Amino acid sequence: MSAAGGAALPAPRDPALGARLALFAAVLVLLWPAIEIAEFNPAKLADPRNLDIVGRFLGTFFPMALGADFLGLVARSALETLALATAGIALAVLLAVPLAITVSESLSVSRVGPARRAWLGPLVRAPVRGLLIFMRSIPEIVWALLFVRAVGLGPAAGVLAIAINYAGMLGKVYFEIFEAGDTRPARAVLESGGGRANAFLYGVLPMALPELVSYSVYRWECAIRASVVMGFVGAGGLGQQMELSMRMLEGGEVSTMLAAFLLLVLLADAVSALLRKILV
Amino acid sequence: MKAGAFVWQPWAALGGFALAVTASFAYLGADFGALFGAESVRQMLQFGGGFFPPDMTPEFLRRTASGAAETLAISALGTLLAALVGVLLALPAAGRWGRWLRLPARLLLNVLRSIPELVWATFMVLAAGLGPFAGCLALAVHTAGVLGRLFAETLENAPPEPARALREAGGGATLAFLYGTLPVVLPQFTSYALYRWEYNIRMAAVLGFVGAGGLGQMLYVALSVFKTHEAATLLLAMIAIVVVVDALSAWMRRFLGRSDS
Repeated sequence: MSAAGGAALPAPRDPALGARLALFAAVLVLLWPAIEIAEFNPAKLADPRNLDIVGRFLGTFFPMALGADFLGLVARSALETLALATAGIALAVLLAVPLAITVSESLSVSRVGPARRAWLGPLVRAPVRGLLIFMRSIPEIVWALLFVRAVGLGPAAGVLAIAINYAGMLGKVYFEIFEAGDTRPARAVLESGGGRANAFLYGVLPMALPELVSYSVYRWECAIRASVVMGFVGAGGLGQQMELSMRMLEGGEVSTMLAAFLLLVLLADAVSALLRKILV
Repeated sequence: MKAGAFVWQPWAALGGFALAVTASFAYLGADFGALFGAESVRQMLQFGGGFFPPDMTPEFLRRTASGAAETLAISALGTLLAALVGVLLALPAAGRWGRWLRLPARLLLNVLRSIPELVWATFMVLAAGLGPFAGCLALAVHTAGVLGRLFAETLENAPPEPARALREAGGGATLAFLYGTLPVVLPQFTSYALYRWEYNIRMAAVLGFVGAGGLGQMLYVALSVFKTHEAATLLLAMIAIVVVVDALSAWMRRFLGRSDS
């Protein structure tokens, strides 16, 4: 640059230098305690004992474990993952729909005009809303850990965890879909004397259905990913087997199961895309 | 479609759905009836009741707070590392370092992204020992895959004119990138990284289940030794983190949205 510019130009000055240095310094100052707290220490990676373990573990990744017995186990675990995600989502939808209808204000009879027990509405809605927040704020894997303690190891814990956590998420989104759509049909039903159920079935559901289905199918796809992870705390499926193999440092088995997991996720992706195209 | 014509798709979907759900429950075994029976519900309520009251002694609250700080530190460092690695991988993945590096870089990003954080964490616990550092690395590796792909897409969509102008004025490739491309893409990069940080805070809280530090590790240990009152406090802390982060990000989005328009 300087060669082309010649001597007439002033010394090249970086216009952005000040701001960038300031930002860099601010980030560094803010993150310094974090480095301390997180025990950030790259030297640990070079620790000969750790290197030895990782080296041996990675060394066993190939060849993949492809024995007929083991592949059978992987297939059964993958099916279990699929089944527990499906069962969990089904329960979650069953839970979420009534909860969402309860908190939805556009279905409230008392909003249209004087109604008996109008004071009951907000009184019921607030705790149900709190329940939804509670259900979705505790991550699914924590629910899984709790249910493993409550009902024992196995897929039942995973199903319950997905049912509770996803009911919280679905309930919130269903509610938003109900409220975001055109609320006039529901109001018309209410104003002409229909009850809450009628207002929902004839005023809200017909328009909201495609979106509800599409979001639920998307959540099913997420549940498959999540159920693999939940297995790590003992909630059944592919994850539980993967955790066992990792603990035994059986790299070959881990790589086979990772491949199975990726296939499962790709499959769920494709199925979910297809379903959404057909249904919406 | 004629009015009144039979629409088969919804019915087929409903039937398929019912079939899939029935098959799923059948495959998982028949103990679900017992699970929702009175005895089982009573046991579960008893289990839940065992969590009350939460342990609110100052000593344990202090430990919970330091666990929460550890979770925040893990997520912040992990995301920052991921953003740095993400930029380094996004450059070849966007084809900026030649045609031949593009495909391998994309493949690497896909592999990093496809393996869940918790699997990475289990692996990192082997590689770096128990503790928050392993969680930090696990988040960094997975998030680098996510951010790298987003960054690469941003780079590919960035207008080439400013960088070209600098090149034509005689600037080098690095200079053209730093002053022609980076200022254009940096806001988008930052917003992606912040969004991912928000997600990672929640993730960091549970990575501890495999020994990677933070609130998760404390919760796992507390549940393992049946200290349910302490577990209740930790659960409350997790809920608080999620609710606060949610509210903050919603507030920031609104705030930023307003200042933009």
